[in-house]
Amino acid sequence: MLEQLETLILSLADDELIMGHRQAEWIGLGPILEEDIAFASIAQDETGHAQAYYQILTDLGLRTPDEYAFRRSAKEFRCAHLVELPNFDYDYSLALMRHFLYDGAEQVRLQALSHSAYEPLAGLAQRLLREEKYHWLHATTWIKRLGRSTEEAHLRLQSALNQLYPYAWGLFEELPEEAAMVEAGWIPPSAQLREQWLALVLPILEAAGLQTQMPSTQALTAVMGGRRGWHSPYFEALLAELTEVSASEPEAEW
Amino acid sequence: MYGNLVVRPEDIENWGKKVEQEDPEKLVEFEARIERGEKIEPWDWMPFEYRRQLIRMIEQHAHSEIIGALPEGTWITRAPNFRRKLALMAKVQDEVGHAQLLYSAAETLGKTREQMINDLLSGKSKYSNIFNYPAKTWADTAIIAWLVDAGAIINQTTNSRGSYGPYVRALERICWEESFHLKYGYDSVVYLATGTPRQRAMLQDALNRWWRPIMHFFGPPDTQSVHTEKLVRWKVKLATNDEMRQQFLDMYVPKIWELGLTIPDPNLRKNPETGRWEYSDPDWDEFWRVINGDGPCNKERLAVRRFAEEKGRWVREALRSPQAQYVTPLA
Repeated sequence: MLEQLETLILSLADDELIMGHRQAEWIGLGPILEEDIAFASIAQDETGHAQAYYQILTDLGLRTPDEYAFRRSAKEFRCAHLVELPNFDYDYSLALMRHFLYDGAEQVRLQALSHSAYEPLAGLAQRLLREEKYHWLHATTWIKRLGRSTEEAHLRLQSALNQLYPYAWGLFEELPEEAAMVEAGWIPPSAQLREQWLALVLPILEAAGLQTQMPSTQALTAVMGGRRGWHSPYFEALLAELTEVSASEPEAEW
Repeated sequence: MYGNLVVRPEDIENWGKKVEQEDPEKLVEFEARIERGEKIEPWDWMPFEYRRQLIRMIEQHAHSEIIGALPEGTWITRAPNFRRKLALMAKVQDEVGHAQLLYSAAETLGKTREQMINDLLSGKSKYSNIFNYPAKTWADTAIIAWLVDAGAIINQTTNSRGSYGPYVRALERICWEESFHLKYGYDSVVYLATGTPRQRAMLQDALNRWWRPIMHFFGPPDTQSVHTEKLVRWKVKLATNDEMRQQFLDMYVPKIWELGLTIPDPNLRKNPETGRWEYSDPDWDEFWRVINGDGPCNKERLAVRRFAEEKGRWVREALRSPQAQYVTPLA
């Protein structure tokens, strides 16, 4: 069962680590100073959460958080493609929409995990929810505010949503050997979490005047695979950057 | 909220003229208050020259914080482990937060944040020269967090004894946070200095490249500085550039030597007779070249700020739109 537990925890931790990485890239480039600060703060939280998830595995005698984050090959990562996408040309609508879709999923996931039969995970989820509450508040406040402001803002957000929505479904890709995890009471089925997520995010998007279309099977196939170690074409470059310094002198302490 | 409507924009245009019309009785009372150690607050009467100099100073300080976030910020995604990554993110976040505090302090004197940002982007107002140099390796971030922040603390602690209330209060909080940056920086430097030969070499190389900008950090020597007697009396300027530079050398040269590093100046020594540090000319021509726009990164730094300004315009416009619904966060 240890192997399945590792898969589950890595899927959670890797999402956080890579999301934190992409959000940190926004520091200094936000539309207002307050957003530089907000993104820096959220990125710190996500990175810290990744560390806390890895630590559960460390406590079981597996690798250390630094080894998980800095010394794995791409195919060992279990993150979804949504978090891997680059910030492209730094359009804030894309950053905001990813933040909203992702943190909505976080809400649903953590609420479920806080009742997990695996106690270390339940305890951690309860703790993380206290911080995630503010991420969710930040994301929803902005989506509601911008969605019904200018035509330009609306168009940009709608276009970001169109681009990211299928990727967000990828957050709920079924985990390998998921049935055993569900059986153990660790986590509800991914499909069930996805339904809860839709029930949470769709009314907010609608209130903001934004529309979604059920992604086609084709579109979904293209964005799945992260949980099995198949990543987007952007991930190798991200990983090279993440490990640039640590890999330059692998035996050194920093 | 601060009283940021004390001065109308047209008043700022007329400052030069108004200095000559300063009310002599009010000026005497103003100087007496400063002499007694009282703080001047935004709603108090103040000479226009005092206001102008403070705006210039606080604004430059704020710009330095946001530009300063750039060279270090690019290393967050490359930091070598969780401990350093989290600390560096927190540090860079602090720097941007300092900018926010300082812009607010400057706004109390009547210039809006938007005006200040516009002046930064147009090149009209300056920021600390040191951020026009590149952070080439991880060791650069360690040197910046230790020695550049050490310099900033000396400068800011000195200024926190000043006379303008909002600036002084902002500085007190800033110094408190900077002291953590210094600890983080020193810790990082110690790991590199006691690490592998490659790490040590990387650190020495970073020190070699940053030493001259650090010597420039406190500004040109007193012999080249403009007369500041009035600013000293008004407690806008509290120590000369050379005094602060001497204090820095006193505090940090022994620590650098203790780590077995070489400072790239064969003439650097403390004169036992005068008790003052002597050093080679750190090329003040270079200082003036860089401050006037011809440094290794001036163009790039401003280009990044302009890019962010341009990219974020639709967001700011959307926020101002009358259709934007105010959303009350249910915290």
